[in-house]
Amino acid sequence: MKVVLRNPRREVELAGNRRVKDVLRELDILPETVLVIRGDELVTADQLVTDADTIELRPVMSGGAQ
Amino acid sequence: MKCRKCGGTAVLELRRHNAAFCADDFQEFFRNQVREAIRRHRMFTIDEPVLVAVSGGKDSLALWDVLIDEGYRTTGLYLDLGIFDYSVESRGKCEAFAAARGVPLMIKRVEEEVGAPVPVIKQVTRRPPCSGCGLSKRYLMNRAALEAGMPVVATGHNLDDEAATLFGSVMHWQMDSLPRQSPALASTHPKLVRRVKPLYRLSERETAAFAFLRRIDYIVDECPFAKGATSIAHKEILNRMEDASPGAKHNFLFGFLEKARPAFERAEAVVLNECVRCGQVTTGTLCAFCKLADQVKRSV
Ligand code: SF4
Ligand SMILES: [Zn+2]
Ligand SMILES: [Zn+2]
Repeated sequence: MKVVLRNPRREVELAGNRRVKDVLRELDILPETVLVIRGDELVTADQLVTDADTIELRPVMSGGAQ
Repeated sequence: MKCRKCGGTAVLELRRHNAAFCADDFQEFFRNQVREAIRRHRMFTIDEPVLVAVSGGKDSLALWDVLIDEGYRTTGLYLDLGIFDYSVESRGKCEAFAAARGVPLMIKRVEEEVGAPVPVIKQVTRRPPCSGCGLSKRYLMNRAALEAGMPVVATGHNLDDEAATLFGSVMHWQMDSLPRQSPALASTHPKLVRRVKPLYRLSERETAAFAFLRRIDYIVDECPFAKGATSIAHKEILNRMEDASPGAKHNFLFGFLEKARPAFERAEAVVLNECVRCGQVTTGTLCAFCKLADQVKRSV
């Protein structure tokens, strides 16, 4: 599967099918810090992502002094 | 995972609420949280015009989106900070949103108001960019609202922003900022408008999800100066605590607001004057914004 990361934009390839939560664990990303996007949908941590999928892990953090 | 409301496929899990929602029910949950914030803190009424400070990011555009749909009379305020491509792109997002929704957008340029854009202010003052930037934003928001005759400014601060600010204040026991941290600050002077944060009950992941589900085109890339900011470091620490113990951020912030904040309120009120130059409110004679503008004028 292809995993798209942002800020800066980059791509990671992972082989095989996995649950979203395992992808996050493998990439050392806290679930609270990203939206997981497949196509035009959000997916939850328990969902299975297949080898053929592309998912985006979009960071949700913003700010500096407000 | 199933939606707590309808049993359909969930798109978002909210561990701190021990719940998951489908797209429609999540949006309803989100709107309810905003309604609850407005009601509980009497932020504004349906008859009051509201100035919504928008940055082009997910939070402020999500807020504007909800307020428009709730029937509030809103005007957007975009402050052009002059931060390279980031400002160009984020301004474009705000303009496109305002045009698509048919709502008015006011634009003020920091370069015009202060005399230089944020990157130059940073060099001139030799202080972190966020300090001159934050000062200018607060000042210009208030002045823009006053000039437009609007009694209240709403900002997109979310639960994570508020928890991170609180964390920073507690780490340094900033006794002056602790009592001022609130989802709603009343006007304490005829020249200070009310300041409210209708998203304070919603986490940044929730505002991002709402913006995504509503197909709001917001700027995902960060302000280039955000990287080193201490508030980001604090957010990371809090997110690690949240991961170990869902609800930690919520409990930290809400516990403060409900139980601890009253203890920090000071008995003596601060004396507020009007700046001798611009007439805006200050505790001294010349306000911090005018001092900054002077400093910039001397060096550019
Ligand atoms: S991160 Fe700092 S410099 Fe950038 S917009 Fe926010 S306050 Fe301003
Ligand atoms: Zn549902
Ligand atoms: Zn002044």
